[in-house]
Order: sequence, then C-alpha cells, then structure tokens
Amino acid sequence: MDYATFLQLLDTTLRLATPLLFACLAGLYSERAGIFDIGLEGKMLMGAMCAGTVAYLTGSVWLGALAAIVGSLLFALVHGLASITFRGNQLISGVALNFVASGITVLVALALFGQGGRTPPLEGGARMGEVTLPFADALRSVPIIGPLYADVISGHPLLVYVGIALVPATWWLLYRTRFGLRLRAVGENPASVDTAGVSVARLRFAAVLIAGILCGLAGAYMATGLQAGFGREMTAGRGYIALAALIFAKWRPWHALWACLLFGFFQSLALRPDVLQSVGLRVPVPVLDALPYILTVIVLAGLVGKAVPPRAGGEPYVKER
Amino acid sequence: MNSLPKWADVVLVPLISLILAALVSALVLLAIGQSPMQALTVMVKGALMSPQGWGYTLYYATSFIFTGLAVTVAYHAGLFNIGAEGQAQLGGLGVALCCLMLPWPHWSLALIGAMVAAAVFGAAWAAVPAYLQAKRGSHIVITTIMFNYIAAALMIWLLVDFLRPPTSMDPASARFPATVSLPHFHQLPFISDFFLRYTPDGQVRLNPAGEPMYQKVPANISFFLAILACVGTWVLLWHTRLGYMIRAFGKSEKAARYAGISAVKITIVTMLISGALAGLMAINNVMGQAERLLQNSAEGAGFIGIAVALMGRNHPVGVFLAAILFGFLYQGGAALGLETTIPIELRIVVQGLVILFTGALDQMVRMMLGFAFRARRA
Repeated sequence: MDYATFLQLLDTTLRLATPLLFACLAGLYSERAGIFDIGLEGKMLMGAMCAGTVAYLTGSVWLGALAAIVGSLLFALVHGLASITFRGNQLISGVALNFVASGITVLVALALFGQGGRTPPLEGGARMGEVTLPFADALRSVPIIGPLYADVISGHPLLVYVGIALVPATWWLLYRTRFGLRLRAVGENPASVDTAGVSVARLRFAAVLIAGILCGLAGAYMATGLQAGFGREMTAGRGYIALAALIFAKWRPWHALWACLLFGFFQSLALRPDVLQSVGLRVPVPVLDALPYILTVIVLAGLVGKAVPPRAGGEPYVKER
Repeated sequence: MNSLPKWADVVLVPLISLILAALVSALVLLAIGQSPMQALTVMVKGALMSPQGWGYTLYYATSFIFTGLAVTVAYHAGLFNIGAEGQAQLGGLGVALCCLMLPWPHWSLALIGAMVAAAVFGAAWAAVPAYLQAKRGSHIVITTIMFNYIAAALMIWLLVDFLRPPTSMDPASARFPATVSLPHFHQLPFISDFFLRYTPDGQVRLNPAGEPMYQKVPANISFFLAILACVGTWVLLWHTRLGYMIRAFGKSEKAARYAGISAVKITIVTMLISGALAGLMAINNVMGQAERLLQNSAEGAGFIGIAVALMGRNHPVGVFLAAILFGFLYQGGAALGLETTIPIELRIVVQGLVILFTGALDQMVRMMLGFAFRARRA
C-alpha cells in the first residue's frame, strides 16, 4: 500500500465517519440526559429524505438541511412525548420510530418522485459544496504533510468540519456550563435535579431535541454531501453503528470522535477490499462490516474496561408525591 | 392511573392502540394522495376473501407466532429481546445444514431433526447476549441489536463463501432434497378441499390424470406446530415452576433473588427458550416455503414479533390473534403492492405505529380510557 492509497483511505474515513459522529453526539446528549435513543437511525433517515426532497425542489442545499432538521425534530418530539411525558418504554419507542421512518420515507419519496423511492440526483446548489481550506493548493507540494493537508483535511463538505467542531463544543457544553452539569445530573440522578428546583422534563426535552437537530444534520449530510440524493434505507444501519460508537466511547465526547473515526475507517476498508489484499490479509468483507458490532460486544463484555451507562438511563422520572 | 378494569386493560388498550395506528396510517395515505378506504378494501380482499389469501395470511402468521412468542417469553422475565431477527436467521442456518447434510428418509423425521437444529441454533445465538446480561450486566437490548447485525454479516459470509453451489451466482444455499419438503395446506387431508381449483362453471378442475387440482399456498404444517408452541408457552409460563420463576423475576428482580431464584440462571434459561422459539420460525419460512436458505431469510419477521407480542399483551392467545392480524397486514400489503399504486412499505409504517402505540404510548391510551371510565362513573 503506497502513501496515496493510504491518504485515499483516510479521506474516505473522514467522509464516512461524519454521519456517525453527528448521530453519536446526538445519542450522547440524549443518553447523558437519561433518555435511551435507539431511534437515531430513523431520525437520520427522516432527515436524509427531507434534505434530499427539499434540496431537489428548491435547489438550495441549506433549505434542505433546514427541512432535515425539522423532519428529524418531529420524530424527536414524538420520542420525547412517549418517553418523557407519557413515561413509556424508551427502547420500544425508538424501535417503533425506526420502523415508521423506514416506511414513511419510502412512501413520501415514491409519492413525490416515483423513482423507486429515490429522489432525483441532486446537482449544483442542491449539493453540499466542498470547502477548500486556506493554503491547500500552496502547501500541496510540501512532502508528506502537503498531500495530507490538501487531500485529506481540506476539500470536504462544510458539515464535516461542523461535526468535528461539535466535539469540543459538546465537551465544553457538558463539562463547563451549568446546562451541561444539569444535563449530566438528570441522567444520573434526576431526583437531585428536581430537588434543586430545575424541571427534569424540560431538561430531558432539551436533550432529546438537540439529538433531533444533530440527527437531522447527519441525514442532511448523507443525502446532500456524502451522496447526491436520498435513496431508500440509505442510512443502512449507521444509527446503530453510532449507538455502538457511543458505548465504545463510554458516553464521552472526545472518545466518541475516535470511535467514529475508527468505525468510519472500517467502513472505508470494506469499500476497498484490494487494500487489505495488497498487505496480504484476506479478510472477508462481511467480517469488516460486522467489526463495529463485534467490537461493541467486546466492550460491553467488559474486556476493555467497563462501559457504565448513565445511571438513570431508560427510566422515566416520576416525581415524588 | 391504573384504575381501569382488567377487561379494558386486556381488550380495549390494544384495540384502541390499533385504531390509533390505523387512523395515523390513513392520514399518511391521505397526505400522499391515496384513498385509505381503497387500501383497506384491497387488503381485505387480497388477504381474507379468498382461500389463496388465507393460505398466505396464515403462512405469515405462523412465522409471527414463533417470533411473537420469543419476545413474549423474554418479556415476562423483564428482558426485551430485539434479537429475534438474528436468532431466526441462525435458526434458518440450522435448518439448512440439517436438511442438506443428512439423508432424511421422510419429511416427518426431517421435520423433527430440523426443529431441533433450528431451536439449538436460535438458542445459541441468544446465549451470548444472555450471558453478557446475566454475568456482565451489559444491556440485552444493545447486545441483541449488535447480534442481529453480526448474524446478517455471518449469513452473507457463509452463503457466499461456503453454502452457495459453485454453479450459482445468487447468495443462497442449494435446494433441499424433495424428500424433506413439508406438506402444505393444499396437500393436507380435509384442509386441501378449501384450495380446490374451479373452472368458471363451478366444476372442480382436473389434471390430465383425472385428479383434482389445487391452488398452491405457502401455509404449511408448521402452522399447527405454532399453535402447539402457543399452548406450550402458556403451560410453561403459568403452569410450571420455571414459568413461575421467570414471571417472578420479571416482576421484581429483588424479590425473586430474595426468594432464592438465581438471576443468572433465569436470565440465561429464558433467553435460550426465547432464542429457540425465534429459531423455530425457520421451519416455516426456510423448510416450509423457500426450501433453501436465502440471504435475509427472516425478512423482518423477528421485528414483527415485537409488535405481535406488544399487541397480544404478552399472552399466547393474544400473540396468536395478533399474529393473524399481522399476517393479514403482510398479505394485504402485498396485495396493495400488486393491485394499487400504494407502496408495500405501508405495512412497515403500520407495524411501527402499532409498536409505538401499544408499547411506548400505552400510558397515553390508558389515560384516555381512564378519563372515559371516570366520566362514566361520575
């Protein structure tokens, strides 16, 4: 494997890790606030459909992204309603919303475009343009670092950089602000937050809605940045990989970034079977596909340190009477 | 809050959830410019108004009974088994290996062998998540989801690299020998009369040899095994010591521990039974219908098991009825795809909505009913 192939792999890794990262951070906010979110997948899919549709109809990728956020928020609201207001089973609610999203996205896309559940291919302003970072072309000739900067780090859709910037932002919000402290507390011990006079329901809704926005962006990136349009089931289990990454990262922002990059790397390897063969490894592609899940099970088994979820996760809060 | 009479909780809550799901689906249909009434008519006609329709409805229902029971058994121990899909796929692998590797003289012996294989493979796939939950406290929902994906990858790998006949391109195993073919409804005594083919003037259609001809349907003898599984699950849960321990553990883990019930043992045994039931589904779809192992053989039936169990209030009778309802939804949905421009994906939407209303928004339904009952009493 030469340096150029390696850079290509890294480039694809970054592109494929971005939707995982958005969804993973979405799950992080929600689960840190004590609301399990199996429905990341469905919200992403909903976001992707809305983004693809609106971007095609209006020709504007940003209106598409806005629509993605709205569509995903709608599902987040239902999830909040079921798991916070009506104290229903959060896991079942997430599973249900995934099914609804899987069906409804195809129904709408078929009704609007009739192309087998796809949106027509997006072009021009309806796609997320690639951002060239400053000095990318000037530095390209510098050995080793130059191509790395120009080809891997520079030249991605804007949301790739937004996703990476969200990692320190999330860290700061969770660990350095009052809101973050309360958010984490409400996931560990909601009664203490309630005693302090802060509304548990409002905090949890805030977290669930933040998750909705992030999943919408993940979907928008999938439909307008990574690919040119929405296709049925285009998220292909990424919501669950993000969930796996979240556990792998033990619900911490920086670790989430590394976990998503790792899983994105597996995905990019699965796209390039020739690379593994060239270094003499014969790994079947399905094994690479399954690696994130296998790794997560290993983490869950406690073989690599124990993954302890937020203590109040999954439990509806009932105020004392 | 829980002031509802028992009959209302058992009958009205699922019924109203179903009506809500149907209403939302109707709104979705209206929004995409289709007619809900037309959809319902086509579905009823396609699934219930002809013997052939019933042949398909009951075939789907058979699979859903098995996966519904799998989710039910786990539910009673307080475990949410989302992994029935993967367990059913592994069950299919067991059936395929059993049917392809061994020379069975008669289908009845092959059926017994395949049932054992399906149950063992399904249970084995549930064993790891069960062990991790029992010993390591890792959440069974997450691990079973992961195992669904691992199962899907495993099946692709096995089918493409090992089980695929060298001459074939598609990722599927070789056909099973004809001797292991299970009797379908149109081949069973008494029942077959419903599936006779008629000429336009009402005569029974005969083949050149002078024998009556039948409509071929996928529903097969596994349907009766599914009913037996319902009875067996009922006996297990409410009339055995193990069932008592499972339910006690599900109601209160602390109380069960105090009563000397081993949490590790109950978690693992329950999940093994649950996985075995999910695996048994494969005798219906793999051995009874496809007669070879296909990629994604379970086709989502494992997930429908969740809807069936919730809709059936986690009772075998309810599971049976809910499975028939979902069999109707599946066959009716297929009829929609054939006869109208309404996409077949409508059934996934309905499935999701049923799960949402019966499993997550059930408190909302109860509150609504509670208001109604209190208003009547006042």
